[in-house]
Amino acid sequence: MSENVADEKIDLRGVLCPINFVKTKLKLEMMEDGQVLEIALDDGEPMRNVPRSIKEEGHKVVAVEKVDDGYKIFVKKS
Amino acid sequence: MSEKKSAERVDFNELKTGGFIKQNQKDLFTVRLRVPGGRLDVDKMSKIAAVAKKYSKMGYCHLSFRQSVEIIGVHIDDFDAAVKELAAFGQPIASCGPRIRVPTACGGNEYNPNGVMDAQKKALEVDKVLFGTKCPHKFKISFSACPIDCARTRGMDLGFQGVVDPNYEDDPCTGCTLCEKACLEGAIVSDEDGKPVFDREKCVFCGDCIKACPTDAWTPKRKGWAVRAGGKHGRHPRKADNIMLFLPDEKVLDYISKTVEWYNANGERGERIGTTFDRVGVEKYKEEVAGLFGDS
Repeated sequence: MSENVADEKIDLRGVLCPINFVKTKLKLEMMEDGQVLEIALDDGEPMRNVPRSIKEEGHKVVAVEKVDDGYKIFVKKS
Repeated sequence: MSEKKSAERVDFNELKTGGFIKQNQKDLFTVRLRVPGGRLDVDKMSKIAAVAKKYSKMGYCHLSFRQSVEIIGVHIDDFDAAVKELAAFGQPIASCGPRIRVPTACGGNEYNPNGVMDAQKKALEVDKVLFGTKCPHKFKISFSACPIDCARTRGMDLGFQGVVDPNYEDDPCTGCTLCEKACLEGAIVSDEDGKPVFDREKCVFCGDCIKACPTDAWTPKRKGWAVRAGGKHGRHPRKADNIMLFLPDEKVLDYISKTVEWYNANGERGERIGTTFDRVGVEKYKEEVAGLFGDS
């Protein structure tokens, strides 16, 4: 039902910082530039840390969606 | 030991600024090195280790609370030789007594993502220019690169903590609400469209909103140092007073000099600057020193 389209998905709900970021990073490394990764994250620490670390790595968060038990963020690899 | 005999054994000029601390063990002393900001070049580190191995009668070093290496158990007869060997590769001894001590600092902003200001660079500058300046009592300075304040600026005679003033522009904002998530202070609340409503009173100027924003709707307007003064720990701790915000980076050395001038003019011998504040009023200091540097 998401309005945003992703090439790959990763569900990191229940995964703690910084493991969630490391898994995100590894996933992005296997993708092509310009592809979009959908990441499911818990609210709180993960939502505070992961998007910022993604930005520091040079990728771009293109959308954020609130879902029932957390958030989905869409990241364009660059 | 008679004074004449001891004068032959050690160079007392070396001792005047301290860094040479009596131990429980007869004739053994702690040699405190000067390591501003706690940053040690790896080559220097191994050379210090070699000197420590040669001269420590107790076989270990200790890291002082001001981030410097202390060689424990150096025999009084070896003091000159140890100091000379350290000096040969540019490693000076620290200080004790009523003067500006080695500045401490967190890791800074070179490799730590939280860092707002270059705390390491400032600590080195201050150490180079102002180390050992005489004052009524000991004078401790520290630098924290961000508001997490690992260098405990509230417990220093003079503390500097990095701050960044966030500026918001509506156009690039996509209403993603990541800045609200990033802000630990509740200074940003999102409206129905996800756009941030900013409460400056709650902001601690950490810049987390700027770091989180994917579209650079939040950008740094200015960076600088929050200045705190009059703090100390010890038997009777005193929390520092907040003096000003956004002191420009290039004004720090001048600010410290003016503070020490004020302290020397207003402080009584043996009194920390916080005690001077309690006696003459911190407002006097704010007017006469912070006032020279504009307000926040």
